[in-house]
Amino acid sequence: MSTTVTFGQEIANLLQEAGGTPVSACMQCGTCSGTCPVGDFMDVRPQRLIHMIDAGLKDKVMATRAFWYCASCYQCTVRCPRGIDIAELMYGLKRYTIWKNQYPADLIGPAFSETFIKTIMRAGRSYEPVLATSYFFTLGLKEMLSEAQNATMLMLKGRLPVLPARIKRLENFKRMIKRIIPIGD
Amino acid sequence: MTPKKFAYFPGCSLEKMAESYHLSTVEIARVMGMELKELEDWNCCGATAYFHVDELLAHTLCARNLAMAEKEGLDLVAPCSGCYKNMHSCNAHLQKDHDLADHINFALEEDNLHFDGKIKVHHLIEVFCEDLKEVKAKATNPLTGLKVAPYYGCQILRPRKFEHENVEEPRYFEDLMTAIGATPVDFLLRLRCCGGALIITNRQAALSMVRNLLQNAVDSGADVIATACPLCQVNLECYQDQVNTEFGTKFSVPIFYFTQLMGLSMGIPAKRLGIGTEFLSPPPAMLAACRKAAVV
Repeated sequence: MSTTVTFGQEIANLLQEAGGTPVSACMQCGTCSGTCPVGDFMDVRPQRLIHMIDAGLKDKVMATRAFWYCASCYQCTVRCPRGIDIAELMYGLKRYTIWKNQYPADLIGPAFSETFIKTIMRAGRSYEPVLATSYFFTLGLKEMLSEAQNATMLMLKGRLPVLPARIKRLENFKRMIKRIIPIGD
Repeated sequence: MTPKKFAYFPGCSLEKMAESYHLSTVEIARVMGMELKELEDWNCCGATAYFHVDELLAHTLCARNLAMAEKEGLDLVAPCSGCYKNMHSCNAHLQKDHDLADHINFALEEDNLHFDGKIKVHHLIEVFCEDLKEVKAKATNPLTGLKVAPYYGCQILRPRKFEHENVEEPRYFEDLMTAIGATPVDFLLRLRCCGGALIITNRQAALSMVRNLLQNAVDSGADVIATACPLCQVNLECYQDQVNTEFGTKFSVPIFYFTQLMGLSMGIPAKRLGIGTEFLSPPPAMLAACRKAAVV
């Protein structure tokens, strides 16, 4: 017996994994859109995005940038009268598009996340100067200059690490990660 | 009374970028008779980036830290709101989902660790707010006349850490500021997000969010904004210049960690609290307290 999983169900499964209520519970009240501090910058606000998922408009959802603009502040999550964990849904969508390798190419979010993860996998701790390489060259000249100014100021104030931090039991740590994601060396 | 003891998880930001948060935390814990034992060989909590890519791996990272605290038999305390949220929700999630915990325990074996879900996770501010009487008693150099905008931000409150938690009208930050002699102002946007990592991934949005917060703090008559998260501190302080360039504003609002303000009220010299490493100098009421602290 073959079963076809609809897009709505796929996303619902992502949410089940996060322990949340499925998007089909949404009653389109718009509390999430009204409460979102980044709403003005999104191409599609959360309420509409949820409706699109529910309607199975996969291609449209995949082309949306809104969930990459979510700051994970969870204001929508705590206010949703139906108990949908909307911020987790945004995480779910980010993961889904990364797995499928389908997201607008000019987004900084995915590249930043990937650089971050590689840094942690290598050292167990984060290191700001390496992270900066993932976005520095995407900045305009004006932003680049003020970013460099910020870095200089931080350095003068002794707030930039010179050497990357590293955990001690790094070998154990790497083997631990391999038991979750079987990656090569 | 037996002294309170916690496994302390500083988190990556506190190693350098927010070292003043770490220094001031250690100082006030000492005065408060609280033992913060730094978790040996802790690893990054995954921030927001890990959950973007792989949930299982993100939980594994947090679980390693939780398991190490369990080994010490201590509750875990985190000063960064992001670390706190990640560690708290991982703990709650694994306590409920035994299959997931089994899977992660299989990975933790590689580091001779095991997650049992036996400890609690707290944000640093919580453990001080639990004993306001003691805070008040130790505040021998009260920050009289200092108007503080207590900035909660997001993840310290949201998502809810327990059912029916009051995430819309908290008062503990205000009460803490009152206890150290400062005056908390009515800061309307105190629960509003600072933009977090959007400062990197969507600068336009983040700068506009920072601008709104600064404007509201100024309108509410605050001399300083107090934060309980290194990311909030950096966004609000280090990007103020960019906000001013972008929006033609003239903000100059100093941003301090609540621990630095607490430390000052306890008469600890400014330098030991990392005061002096910020971009924007302390306001007069704080400088007066700094001078007094130097001679206490």
